[in-house]
Amino acid sequence: MNRILEKSFFSEKVVKLIVEAPAVAKARKPGHFVIVRADAGGERIPLTIASADTEKGTIMLVVQAVGESTRKICALEPGEYLTDLVGPLGRATDIGRRDGTVVCCAGGVGIAPLLPIVEAMKKAGNRVVSVIAARTADLLILEDEIRRWSDEVIIMTDDGSAGRKGLVTAGVEDVILRENVAEVVAIGPAVMMKFVALLTKKYNVPTICSLNTIMVDGTGMCGACRVNVGGKMRFVCVDGPEFDAHQVDFDEMIMRMRAYD
Amino acid sequence: MIDTNMEEQNTGRAAEWREELRAAMPAKERTAIPRAKMPQLDPEFRIHSNEEVNQGLSAEQAVLEATRCLDCPTPTCVEGCPVNIDIPGFIKNIQRGDVAEAASVLARTSALPAVCGRVCPQERQCESRCIYNKMKKEPVAIGYLERYAADTVRENPTESTQYAIKSNGIKVAVVGSGPAGLSFAGDMSARGFEVHIFEALHEIGGVLKYGIPEFRLPNSVVDAELENLAKRGVIFHTDTVVGKTYSYDDILSMGFAGLFVASGAGLPRFMGIPGENLIGVMSSNEYLTRINLMGAGKPGHDTPAPLGKRVAVIGGGNTAMDSVRTSRRMGAEKSMIIYRRGEAEMPARVEEVHHAKEEGVEFMTLCNPVEYKGDEKGHVKSMLVQRMELGEPDASGRRSPVPIPGAIDEIPVDLVIVSVGVSPNPLIPSSIDGLDVTSKGTLAVNDKLQTSIPVIFAGGDIVRGGATVILAMGDGRKAAASMADKLLADA
Repeated sequence: MNRILEKSFFSEKVVKLIVEAPAVAKARKPGHFVIVRADAGGERIPLTIASADTEKGTIMLVVQAVGESTRKICALEPGEYLTDLVGPLGRATDIGRRDGTVVCCAGGVGIAPLLPIVEAMKKAGNRVVSVIAARTADLLILEDEIRRWSDEVIIMTDDGSAGRKGLVTAGVEDVILRENVAEVVAIGPAVMMKFVALLTKKYNVPTICSLNTIMVDGTGMCGACRVNVGGKMRFVCVDGPEFDAHQVDFDEMIMRMRAYD
Repeated sequence: MIDTNMEEQNTGRAAEWREELRAAMPAKERTAIPRAKMPQLDPEFRIHSNEEVNQGLSAEQAVLEATRCLDCPTPTCVEGCPVNIDIPGFIKNIQRGDVAEAASVLARTSALPAVCGRVCPQERQCESRCIYNKMKKEPVAIGYLERYAADTVRENPTESTQYAIKSNGIKVAVVGSGPAGLSFAGDMSARGFEVHIFEALHEIGGVLKYGIPEFRLPNSVVDAELENLAKRGVIFHTDTVVGKTYSYDDILSMGFAGLFVASGAGLPRFMGIPGENLIGVMSSNEYLTRINLMGAGKPGHDTPAPLGKRVAVIGGGNTAMDSVRTSRRMGAEKSMIIYRRGEAEMPARVEEVHHAKEEGVEFMTLCNPVEYKGDEKGHVKSMLVQRMELGEPDASGRRSPVPIPGAIDEIPVDLVIVSVGVSPNPLIPSSIDGLDVTSKGTLAVNDKLQTSIPVIFAGGDIVRGGATVILAMGDGRKAAASMADKLLADA
């Protein structure tokens, strides 16, 4: 178990890993995450599951090297093992038939955890419009996979090197203005989710976000991942990772993400 | 199985050797012996190390302390023990020099004597009921002696230690590898069951590993107990969350006939006061897990360590003491306990409080935090503390603290560790349909520790909501007896 079967680079710092984890592959649902450790001294790092193959008993993880621990995970080669992998953790996404279009939007590596939600929302019979964004065309990941399960894909880049030039919010706003949007799902950097939430609140469109806070155990024991949702303290690992984006105190979350910088 | 009649003849109070021991020295002479002093590391040394503070009694000290025990005809100490260990039985074996026999007397009722000898609140249990208290003398040091017996046999294993147990072919599963799960596993494997323990974390031991620090309970002591279980055939599965990785249906389809849920207390409580989400304010679970389980601050370990020069720990329990003493070892210049009642009302063990004071911890009792203030980056920089006074006794009989109007102080702090209790982890209750839960969120069980699903039993903090190692261990043993009866009757 935990053996890395395949590895490829989406970009210099973003790696796709196919990991042998049959029990997790079988049990996981969209929205779930795992916690991994690269080696015996490694940190426990939460990673959302991008996809799973129950027949092969594998899961796909997309990892961005941002610190020492994620660098170690990205440095592992096929044939090597993650020392620990536990999951699936968290609550699964609430999937179902909505009364209108479902807009799934993501920025950067957030596109990976968005993928299973796009697929499940489409399979549930919804019209799905995906808005995926990145700084530049080279950093855009999983476009084909997202396209496969979307009725329409809008691509946004900061520099206009792919799709339209602009932020993810511009793409989302276009869809809201032209059709009946029942729900928006937003995954990405906290600041991106914050601005999507501000936008959709203006139009009163229900919005779900998936939070990626600091965690230690990931099973509710430590409270490192706590966030303020509608004035109540919630734990991302057991109450989330998905919450009503209009209720999340993103400013506090962004501050807490810098605890060990 | 053990022949209890034979045991009684060999080691019971009526045994010839025990009569001889009683006759050998008059009670007056025994009671004149002062209670053994536990050899300890020097406070100045220990705040710069993680070594175990209590060094354990020497053989001479242990025999002399065992001599103090009067071998009472009605030993009230046994009534004070949650699992009714035959206390005079093991103590008198120490006195006659048969430590191996002392350990086997302990093993009849305690699965983890080396652990319980260290972390049990003896001053509230067995030792509080010792006859010496009535004579206005210090009680027999039962905890020290329990630890002595367990440590001595662990450090000098005998060849005769063997685990030839006939398998009964029945598989049972355990959720959680803390004291309840481990004692359950020990008893069930001794009965011939094939036991699999599923642990969510990457290490076995539960609170014994992530919670209780090395300086109070060395990992080597826990590891020795785990090795014993492994030798008996207990199979450990780390990184496995029952209810998530495997559903209850998966557990059944893997061929497990019974499930024991010992998943622990879980969610840390916070106070809900302003500023509690500032950087540098965290639960004691997070603080201790980072340092004990993840090795934060040690070379070769990547998990960041929460460091503070001025550390406030909120609460008066053992976990608060573990946290505040850890902060001293992590380099804090000032470590404070902030507790809303008085010192007499503190739930922590007396020894813990005493050790903390020796290590330079300041105690701010009758103080309750009401707000935390942060700097421009969101890092906690001070706390507002409301001074309290004791009012009328409350429902628990303790005098309840009431705020003194206007008596609020601002204290500079850069790390705050909140240790005000835990709530039950909803993970298992929410993932198995048909499990009855109490209004407190704990699992509902009958007097046999059986849940609303007949083949699922539960014990420890998931049932009690937050108790002690010995009670959890006692639950594990009781649940093992109940489940074995049920499964063997069903078979």
